[in-house]
Amino acid sequence: MSEPWRIVVAKPGLDGHDRGAKVVARALRDAGNEVIYTGLRRSAQQIVDTVRDEDARFLGLSSLSGAHQHLFPKVCDLLKHEGLNDVIVFGGGIIPVDDRDALFACGIRAIFGPGTPTTEILQFIEEAVQVENSGVGEGSDWYWTSSA
Amino acid sequence: MTAEYLIDAKSGDRRSLARILSAIENRSLRLDEALDVLGPVPPLPDDDWQTLAITGAPGVGKSCLLDGLLTSWAKQGLRVAVLAVDPSSPRTGGALLGDRVRMTVVDDKELNQQIYFRSVATRKASGSVPVIVEDMTKVLLSLGWEKVVIETVGAGQSEVRCAALADRIVVVEGPARGDGIQAEKAGLLELADAVLVNKSDLPGAALHADEIRESFELGIGSTPPVALTSALHGTGIDEAATVLLQLPSSGRSVRARWRERLLAFHERKILESPKLDDLLHQLAKGSIHLDEAMRLIGGFADE
Repeated sequence: MSEPWRIVVAKPGLDGHDRGAKVVARALRDAGNEVIYTGLRRSAQQIVDTVRDEDARFLGLSSLSGAHQHLFPKVCDLLKHEGLNDVIVFGGGIIPVDDRDALFACGIRAIFGPGTPTTEILQFIEEAVQVENSGVGEGSDWYWTSSA
Repeated sequence: MTAEYLIDAKSGDRRSLARILSAIENRSLRLDEALDVLGPVPPLPDDDWQTLAITGAPGVGKSCLLDGLLTSWAKQGLRVAVLAVDPSSPRTGGALLGDRVRMTVVDDKELNQQIYFRSVATRKASGSVPVIVEDMTKVLLSLGWEKVVIETVGAGQSEVRCAALADRIVVVEGPARGDGIQAEKAGLLELADAVLVNKSDLPGAALHADEIRESFELGIGSTPPVALTSALHGTGIDEAATVLLQLPSSGRSVRARWRERLLAFHERKILESPKLDDLLHQLAKGSIHLDEAMRLIGGFADE
């Protein structure tokens, strides 16, 4: 890899659990990436500001509170509104399989549930940059089929 | 693509600014190319500073304290950019950039237009940090950011060298960092233009500040200000912000600082030499010696 990817790992909304986000952040770091962790309870605007100012290539959203159907699309809309269409967005946490299609339709390229091996997230990162128009606002209908 | 970003950054677009800084960091854009479009770096007025380094041991509260200082400066109408340097793993090259977690000012809708915060990893292969930070600083200044603060861990060589590039150096200390002898030891404190003893709400802070003051008074030249702050309770922050804004150069460590700058400049010459790859190859093969390699890179004394 020539330059490391810059990846923001964010916790949107009122959700106080970040063990999962920290495990993912650590795995991404150990794979040679530069990971910017936002800390807990961020608003959609705060997350998008961070992605913009830190020039992140990827944004990982974590939610365990059940509010993903509200918060994830809001973040995606704001990214597009700010012209950050090429940022690749993925999510994880407690997100029922039935809810996922709606999130993919917003431009999110992967949803990882509990039990996903961290190596799978790294494989996703590698593959997502190869896929054309995989940014949140670039219109591809590709998404990663996760194991959990 | 970069040309567009340069023009957009000049008209105030922050996403373009962020992309230019990445291009500088990745060495896909040279500083002179950027400044050709952005315009020159404004000259440094006498007795004033444009760049301030905040450094100190891990855990003394640099980031929280900086958040308070930034809030205070932004309220006065200043536009301040921050480059927060964190180490990359020497093993994997990865980094967890966590300074932003402490920043509340970037979330303040009234103030966050005046603050630009950027995390910078020291990286493994792309050259020395001081070089990148120096160039990023110049881009920010030329875009009209009035002050650039470089936050570094005062631990490694490259972090100290980063700090030495700044016009002023502020060392953050904390209580329970050892007895008076620690304050006498040579090191980071010698480079300081000011010392903030943070966590002043904890016992021992005032004593530690006194020890640092005493140590400074034993030296020659003017003594840098030593102030107590508590980032947790917000005490002493506005006062410290005022002191720092008017901070004169201590003049105590001019030589030491120029030494660091000279070494940074030297390192930059080596790392940016077009001959570097070839010379490393020859060194590895054993076909030349180190002193020959130095001579071939050029710019050294016995040429």
